Amino acid sequence: MRPDTTQPELFDRLAGIGRDHAAGPGEPKLLYDRHGVLVVRIGEIVVKAHQPDRAETDGSLERRVRIAQDLPELFLAPLAPPLHVAGRTVTVTPYGEPARPDALPWVESARLLARLHRSPVPDGAPPLGRPERVARQVSRLPGGPAADVVRRAFATLPPAAEFPHPGRLLHGDWHMGQMVRNGDGWRFIDIEDLGRGDPVWDLARPAALFTAGVLHPDDWADFLTAYRAAGGPAVPAFGTPWTVLDVPARTLVIQIAATCVISARDADRPLDPAEQAVIDTCGRISRAGDPA
Amino acid sequence: MHCPKCRGVMRTYTRNGVHIEQCDNCRGIFLDYGELEALSRLEAQHAPGWAAPAPPPPAAPVQVHHHHGAPVHHHRPHHGGMFHMLFST
Repeated sequence: MRPDTTQPELFDRLAGIGRDHAAGPGEPKLLYDRHGVLVVRIGEIVVKAHQPDRAETDGSLERRVRIAQDLPELFLAPLAPPLHVAGRTVTVTPYGEPARPDALPWVESARLLARLHRSPVPDGAPPLGRPERVARQVSRLPGGPAADVVRRAFATLPPAAEFPHPGRLLHGDWHMGQMVRNGDGWRFIDIEDLGRGDPVWDLARPAALFTAGVLHPDDWADFLTAYRAAGGPAVPAFGTPWTVLDVPARTLVIQIAATCVISARDADRPLDPAEQAVIDTCGRISRAGDPA
Repeated sequence: MHCPKCRGVMRTYTRNGVHIEQCDNCRGIFLDYGELEALSRLEAQHAPGWAAPAPPPPAAPVQVHHHHGAPVHHHRPHHGGMFHMLFST
């Protein structure tokens, strides 16, 4: 039986692709159905239709797939080059067990990120600039006092041109949802933003949640300490990490705050305490004043 | 004690309760096992001025914990908004 989905025809196509790869019948399960992205699991195979407006025509996704396939100790990579199905880009990946919210792999994630950032940058790795999501989310903000707080904090960010590029390999969109366990250990999934740039951006989300008081200081310390001990190059091995983390953490606080305001508005619900803590952090960012 | 690299004289500094040996000649720093982790753990707790206030300190003086065995696992349930912040783009 087909689960309730906004894209039933596409679901059936993905299920068929999954059965071909799984080499047998199986009940298709809907894993994700938001923002136009559809993810279907059949047995040990996951089939993903990527966001329609992110269809790359320059071959960068193909290059990212190849880079991930060449790093099997770091990535659970797509099994084959991307497919084009009904006008959509589709990838087929082995299934991995996601991280459990009650036992988050902070140390294992940090070690894996350090290994990724220390890997030689392969030829053809797409260049990554300053993350663009923050500006996109801020532009989608509704009216209202919480949104105004986020907009004021956004105005403190330095212009994109001031972001230097040491040119390391980085995941580009790292969060706990990108960690899965498959057989012998943890791996990254989702290679759509994999490329060459400043690896500090892969640490920006936990840094932001630590500064907002949402991520427990012990979890942040476990993560940062394991990253440094594994020789991670994004932060100095000694001394304060905030000289390099300040702008990425501020950027992610603002991006997360904007996302919270938008989703609370869409669902017509009040902000929960964790979300309010991130908005309050935007208020402190504005009061701290001058752009860096 | 002499520097293992250039045979210069080593001096001992104490930073946040962690002993650091530094060579007066080549300025090289040598740490015992676990000391980098101990320093990094303390420095991780510092935060920029705009960050949320730190939780109240423990009643006992802060101790440096050396983790030689398995990493400590915290079991904190994550709910609602916090789950989304950790798990989605």
